[in-house]
Amino acid sequence: MEFLGSNWIVVVFMVVATFIMGFAMAGISSVVGPSRPNKAKSAPYESGIPDIKPVRPQFTARFYVIGMLFVIFDLEAAFMYPWAVNFDVLGMGGFVHMMIFVSLLLLSYVYAWKKGALEWV
Amino acid sequence: MGDQPIWITFIVTFVIMIVLLTSMAYTTWYERKVLARFQDRIGPTRTGPAGLLQPLADAVKLMGKEDLIPEAADRKVFYFAPMITFITAILAAAVIPWGGTIELFGQSVNLYPTDLNVGALFILATGSIGVYGIILGGWSSGNRYSLLGAIRSAAQVISYELILGFSLVGIFIITGTMSLKEIMFRQHETISFGPFEIANWFVLSQPLAFVLFVIAAVAETNRAPFDLPEAESELVAGFMTEYSAMRFALYFLGEYISMIIMSLFASTLFLGGTSGPGADTYWPLGIMWLVLKAIAFLFFYIWLRATLPRFRFDQLMGLAWKVLLPLAILNIALTAFFRLIGNGQVF
Repeated sequence: MEFLGSNWIVVVFMVVATFIMGFAMAGISSVVGPSRPNKAKSAPYESGIPDIKPVRPQFTARFYVIGMLFVIFDLEAAFMYPWAVNFDVLGMGGFVHMMIFVSLLLLSYVYAWKKGALEWV
Repeated sequence: MGDQPIWITFIVTFVIMIVLLTSMAYTTWYERKVLARFQDRIGPTRTGPAGLLQPLADAVKLMGKEDLIPEAADRKVFYFAPMITFITAILAAAVIPWGGTIELFGQSVNLYPTDLNVGALFILATGSIGVYGIILGGWSSGNRYSLLGAIRSAAQVISYELILGFSLVGIFIITGTMSLKEIMFRQHETISFGPFEIANWFVLSQPLAFVLFVIAAVAETNRAPFDLPEAESELVAGFMTEYSAMRFALYFLGEYISMIIMSLFASTLFLGGTSGPGADTYWPLGIMWLVLKAIAFLFFYIWLRATLPRFRFDQLMGLAWKVLLPLAILNIALTAFFRLIGNGQVF
């Protein structure tokens, strides 16, 4: 298990290279392009009518429910990956354990569904 | 990593990055041409032969535009958000293999930037970090459309990321690895199917997973019919509304590069990657097969855009959570069960 071994140097190299590339591209446009801001231009785009009040990050609570469900199932996926990679070693025992784990989650999934957490009103 | 010196790896990586950026430019040209044909037009023709210089002209035009920052924007976040999307989109290319190790000018050269043992997971991770670019960009713009687009996008991408992740578990069970290179070379082997010897592409043993993966990949890259985050008719341009000039172009680049990466990823996982006639003898043929598969996949993307109308948001979420998620888990259980029988490990 190499964490910061030579394999990851390439990833670091790519991050640095793409960062420079992106920075250069954005930089070129701010140097080459004109800069003539005025009141109307820098107002938030609102289809031509003046904006009445500032935007608050306010949105329907449905998104939070989706977020919570995502955390639950993404954790399930995180447990599944190592199991899947070692599937042949773990054999029948691993299979039964995983199925018990998944069916417990499916139970909560059915509950969430019945409660209407998956409906988008 | 093999035994090649590090500078060769850097050269290979750099070449792949340049090729990716160029091919991204020509993907826009390809999309416009193909889309035009679908709509009985001929697409760009004026700039260069068959409009081939169109992407260059677009880039020059975008550079000359005003880089506008709205008053209400959170300036720092607004500056850096597109970079996140752009960097993570390209970063996924680090684990895509273009072949094995070859001999070139007496040096052994690996045709892949790096072979991480968590390659598939790495691509999923870059995809999830890319969401930050979208949601920070939308939030920092100080615009209602941007904010709504960003939140929609976040909800959509995390939902479909689950499907994407689950659809790969079947392949990990079969191969016992997450390294994309090993997964790809496993598909270079052939299996006998009756009297025929056919390639062991995982689309044959994992057809359901392939369908799930394709749907999730289209949604993950915010493409039609799942392009809710930038639904023009209701959200103007979604999270990109306030962006202009090269910062807008960075989002644009990110989206198209993600499309290319997803096409390559799908080809590598399910369609055998570089597998094809002659690929094991001549490595350029292998690269050619991979590119052809990716182009076919990109064509499919454009075909979808030309054919299907956009989903409604509740339909989009319903599809992910009520249809695809149970199917993905079913696929995992079935794959695991048949693998057990195949191994003779039942009872």
